Amino acid sequence: MTIKTSRMQRLRGPLFVNGILALLVLVWMIPTIGLFVSSFRERFELQTSGWWTIFPHREWVNVATIDPREQGLDATGLMEVEGVTATFEELREGVESPSGKRIQWVGNRRIGRIEVQERQWAVNWSFTLGNYKQVLQGKDFEYRHADGTVEVIPGDDFSSALFNSIAVAIPSTVIPILIAAFAAYGFAWMKFPGRRILFILVVALLVIPLQIALVPILSDYAKLKLNGTFLAIWLAHTGFGLPLATYLLFNYISTLPRETLESAFIDGASHFTVFLKLILPLSVPALASFAIFQFLWVWNDYLVALIFLGGNPNFEVVTMRLAGIVGDRGQDWHLLTSAAFVTMLLPLAVFFSLQRYFVRGLLAGSVKG
Amino acid sequence: MHYMEMEQHEERALSAGIRVLTFVFRIALAIAIPIIAFLVLYAGFLFLRAGNAPKWLITVVAIVWGVGGVAALYWIFNWIIEMLPKQWTGRLQPFVFIGPAMAILTWYLAVPTVRTLAISLFDRDGLAGGNFVGLSNYLAVFTDRLMREAFRNNIFMWILIATPLTVVFGLLVAILADRSRFERVAKSLIFMPMAISFVGASVIWNFIYEVKPAGSAQIGLLNAIAVGLGSKPIAWAAHTAISPWNNLFLVIIVVWLQAGFAMVLFSAALKGIPEEILEAARVDGATEVQAFFKIMIPYIMGTIITVTTTIIIFTLKIFDVVWVMTGGQFGTGVIATQFYRQSFIARNAGYGSAIAIVLLIAVIPVMIYNLRQFRQQEAF
Repeated sequence: MTIKTSRMQRLRGPLFVNGILALLVLVWMIPTIGLFVSSFRERFELQTSGWWTIFPHREWVNVATIDPREQGLDATGLMEVEGVTATFEELREGVESPSGKRIQWVGNRRIGRIEVQERQWAVNWSFTLGNYKQVLQGKDFEYRHADGTVEVIPGDDFSSALFNSIAVAIPSTVIPILIAAFAAYGFAWMKFPGRRILFILVVALLVIPLQIALVPILSDYAKLKLNGTFLAIWLAHTGFGLPLATYLLFNYISTLPRETLESAFIDGASHFTVFLKLILPLSVPALASFAIFQFLWVWNDYLVALIFLGGNPNFEVVTMRLAGIVGDRGQDWHLLTSAAFVTMLLPLAVFFSLQRYFVRGLLAGSVKG
Repeated sequence: MHYMEMEQHEERALSAGIRVLTFVFRIALAIAIPIIAFLVLYAGFLFLRAGNAPKWLITVVAIVWGVGGVAALYWIFNWIIEMLPKQWTGRLQPFVFIGPAMAILTWYLAVPTVRTLAISLFDRDGLAGGNFVGLSNYLAVFTDRLMREAFRNNIFMWILIATPLTVVFGLLVAILADRSRFERVAKSLIFMPMAISFVGASVIWNFIYEVKPAGSAQIGLLNAIAVGLGSKPIAWAAHTAISPWNNLFLVIIVVWLQAGFAMVLFSAALKGIPEEILEAARVDGATEVQAFFKIMIPYIMGTIITVTTTIIIFTLKIFDVVWVMTGGQFGTGVIATQFYRQSFIARNAGYGSAIAIVLLIAVIPVMIYNLRQFRQQEAF
């Protein structure tokens, strides 16, 4: 008896745990899945039906069309159609007949028609790559409406924004790591006056929110004519990422075995050689952890890019371009969904392939203060 | 013999000559290489700033120039230093290693803090010809209606609601995943939003909150559900009738984004609890709930504090989500959006700087606590 209940518990436990976990994961995934599915749907369908209609569902499907004039129906009074008696206004809303059909007036009072609809199983399965094409291209995009008119929409040129983002993100990741690694080595293995005070300063700067620095740096850049250049934003990201990078790399480098380094010095190696040939290779795990963090941070950054690259449409990064579409054409969901997915593609790939390092970095405190 | 001596003499003179020559040559190199490097780097800078080459070329040049340039500068300066007498090398080398970091930190963080503090005491033109106004910007910060609204949102909506929600969700998932066979997959998927930009997340959630006029098909998930339940379509985040609770629709986004972060830290902490302690408690007849509150929670308290303070710091500075979703309108403004509006749209440098300083002062105590907690745990 007791054995049985404990086995029952053992079975019910995981079922309960896995059930709740699956539910949470599903809730967490739904927003992203909705975006992903929608990015492949046709513009018109996207605007008139929810993305979940790609799953089998029941909806009203037109089975017969009646011309009210042929039937001699008078739209100003009561009309009798398919066993339903209703006014024009009621028919506009759709009236359900006793046989389970829906009678609906489509169009205006004078030249409209009456549709007899039945509830049927349906799936909205028409997918396209056109949204992505339009978002990635810089060319104008022609959109042909059902009535034959042609609408010209400028392409969003995300491919050039992607290049800009790469040109911003890679140096903005490597430069601070390089500078921080040199500094961390210096703090950990060199003797010089003021070492402690300088290091305390670095740690103290961890508390400064980057907002503090924006206005003064912007005015410096204006004087140096640096606004809207890659160098400007690299240096800004370097400055804002440096306290954390130095702090984390110092924590790592200072714990490396002292004997390894001392034997190298005895062999006559200089600090520079030791740093290059010994410390950097040994620090790869820490460097990788921080690199992923900084890369994702820079790639996903909006504020810093907005301020230091904002004046130069030529160098707009993906987040700026996406926010631009949100502002200008917030209803064009076929563009927004595909554009959002384009911006997410690279960080998601980095995230899933290097998750181990990412988690290690998190545990080491790689969170921007 | 004599001849040999002469030859030796000559040789010595020759080697001295070579030494002088190499010395001159070295000095020349030491001057020439930095100059050449500088010219090359400057040419690269001009090329990039012009930006009229094909996009892929600009990208490649930018990466090579940016990364290579920094590496080259280090190499050159170190090379020059190492040519000096040994004593001087030892003295100057630390500056090559630490100097660049300190220079950038000074330029980008230390000095701007002092400058922002100074600007905050002046009116809208700041230090560039503005008038000294004392503390009146700060007075405005604490009395302005929009700023009061921002403080309310930051403290009430973001620190008191969003932060505990994130922590609780993170902990819940961590505990569930710890007992599940699907731990890795589940954690990965909950963690995934961390890789998504705030702008991207805003698009995702805007789509969920999308509102269409009553009568037409709702394409936003939330309104489809609401209408299905017989409600009118609602413009969730922009719905001022329920203000300030419309902020909760922004809070949901951040919980969605950050719960994964909390989960990862909690998950690692839970794995650190010795199995024997839990086993002993169970043997003594403790229920799972008791074991959770009496053993697990106290054991991971340090992590809970670290996660909480980190999220508080994050929510104090929250900007992107609010800015892209509502622009800080409909009663959803926060300190950072007010700062942006005043500094870069209203161009009121003094007032904007005062807001930034207030933000700094709000962050400092939490950050110090966070750092101290971190050191105690010796996480790294």
